[in-house]
Amino acid sequence: MLKTFIAFVKKEMYHILRDVRTLLILFGMPIALVLIFGYTVTNEFKGASVGIVDQAQDDLSRQLITKLTASGHFELVRKPHNIEALEADFRAGDVKLGIIIPPDFEKYFLGGEGSTIQLISDATEPNYAVTLTNYASQMIRDFQQEQFPTEQMPYAVAIENRMFYNPELVGAYNFIPGVVALILMLISAMMTSLTIAREKESGTMDLLLVSPLNPVLIILGKVTPYVVLSFINALVVFAMGWLIFDVPVRGSLALLLALCLLYLMVALALGILISTRSDSQQTAMMMSMFVLLMPTMLLSGFIFPIASMPAILQFISKIIPAKYFILIEKAIMLKGAGWEAIAIPAGVLLLMMFVLLAAARKNFKVVYD
Amino acid sequence: MKPSIQINQIGKTYGDVMALSDINLEVETGELFGLIGPDGAGKTTLFRILTSLLKPNAGEAWVEGLHTVKDYKKIRRIIGYMPGKFSLYQDLSVAENLTFFATIFGTTIQENYHLIKEIYQQLEPFKNRRAGKLSGGMKQKLALCCALIHEPKVLFLDEPTTGVDAVSRAEFWQMLKRLRERGITIMVSTPYMDEASLCERIALIQGGKILSVDAPEAITNSYQKPLYAVRTADYYRLLNDLRDTDFAERVAPFGEFLHLTTREKMPEQEIKDFLLSRGHSDIRLQPAKPTIEDVFLDLMQTT
Repeated sequence: MLKTFIAFVKKEMYHILRDVRTLLILFGMPIALVLIFGYTVTNEFKGASVGIVDQAQDDLSRQLITKLTASGHFELVRKPHNIEALEADFRAGDVKLGIIIPPDFEKYFLGGEGSTIQLISDATEPNYAVTLTNYASQMIRDFQQEQFPTEQMPYAVAIENRMFYNPELVGAYNFIPGVVALILMLISAMMTSLTIAREKESGTMDLLLVSPLNPVLIILGKVTPYVVLSFINALVVFAMGWLIFDVPVRGSLALLLALCLLYLMVALALGILISTRSDSQQTAMMMSMFVLLMPTMLLSGFIFPIASMPAILQFISKIIPAKYFILIEKAIMLKGAGWEAIAIPAGVLLLMMFVLLAAARKNFKVVYD
Repeated sequence: MKPSIQINQIGKTYGDVMALSDINLEVETGELFGLIGPDGAGKTTLFRILTSLLKPNAGEAWVEGLHTVKDYKKIRRIIGYMPGKFSLYQDLSVAENLTFFATIFGTTIQENYHLIKEIYQQLEPFKNRRAGKLSGGMKQKLALCCALIHEPKVLFLDEPTTGVDAVSRAEFWQMLKRLRERGITIMVSTPYMDEASLCERIALIQGGKILSVDAPEAITNSYQKPLYAVRTADYYRLLNDLRDTDFAERVAPFGEFLHLTTREKMPEQEIKDFLLSRGHSDIRLQPAKPTIEDVFLDLMQTT
């Protein structure tokens, strides 16, 4: 029994190691994904192009401009003379954020009457526009505070923001957990479904069935190498997150890895289920893409927040395993949470695993109709 | 003695398509039994039912007294199956494939080496070559080794010689004969009529039905109609001219000759005269010994 199992795993390792395509997906994809997400999908920005229409041209307005550009987040690329010229710069795509300082800025501002600064942003990229205006507003408020350090403004509600767990709003804190969830789902489920579909396609599945092998052993032998490899992948991604993007693991690493394994099992069970429903690698691939990739990317909260989805999509997101795993990851890695805090999502994953495994076992055909 | 394979009124349909209907067969222990029929006759379906991979819609079958549906687990321990399509791991070497199949049947190459020795010796020089890179004949020999390595009681070979060169085909049949001497029951299918005579008994199968079951000689002997082999200088015109006549029941190409079956026995001179009247030259005409193919065509025509 054990000998058969080892022979099976060995055979599977030969398949993996001898197929360049499989190897590339297994080891190239995770690294590529981390780097791509790390350097592209981020809300952080540096050197955003700013155009400032300084109608005041006084000391205070110059001080404000210096403060805005000194941070390095904004780069003053244009100083148009009027709003029309600024609009032209927007159309040409030269500036992403416009700041208009009104005439006599200093006089009104210091005279206690208050003044209005206008921020204009290019909302063809909505997320970027919101981020830029928020950031600029914050800096202008800071500027105001600096000018009147002791004075309390009448009737003003002072708001103090604190960003818990990720005070600098580092994008990697969000995407590393997301990428781990995505990679584990893709590799475990897709590769499993492909490898089983390949045996069906080539006819070798028939030979395996016409042998004393227990079907459970066939499946176990086929997925074990992928469990190990996927787990190694998870370790690589966590390490990359830590070394390259400074994503910490504040909670227990052992707990995190244990739950990683649980999530892996869910993904594998899903992969087996897909393979029982597809007779060729191509169908398996299409089903994996449809069932795994898109929902995991879009509905897990990885890229788009679940809270802002329409009710129906929020409902669907409840059956996406990645959603729960991302919750768990963030709790352990960023909040340093312990076992009690993640018991519910972990329970849901456990339940999913049993349901999927049972469904896969039921659908796996040892005799054809 | 109980037959090694017993098939009772097996039928199988895929949706509306009838693949097999009312198949009845008995194969004795140690027999080399041939299933002869063209592509699409239902040979593979029958193999898949007997190897317990496929459930029949009607009837029952037993292999070594084991029911193909109820005892499928036990059947899978005692049979060897070689599917029609080459189904080994192309990216594994010859030795790795064989080791793998030995292991999953709980045995080793050493333990049963005597069974495959003769075949494997020919493969040995290529044992580190990937199975996908072997020639057609070598692939079939490897597949046979893999099907034999656990010393099965019954061997099912689905078109083992299709796509294999003539020399390898002859070798392959030699191997089957030696295996039969070891008491292994062998059921083999082939679309090649000339291979039928190499079996002890054959079943002619067509359109999901069995046309005839008997020893090859008995089957050819059963052909009672007058049969002639004819050739002239113009082969193609000869075929058309003979098909136009009233006395010819069937004219079929057979190598360099045509096999002519006449409705009634008639003097050879009469046929020759007819051909001369049609302007044929170099006429050769002789009575012919019926072959499996003649019987097959005849049975197909009458059913």
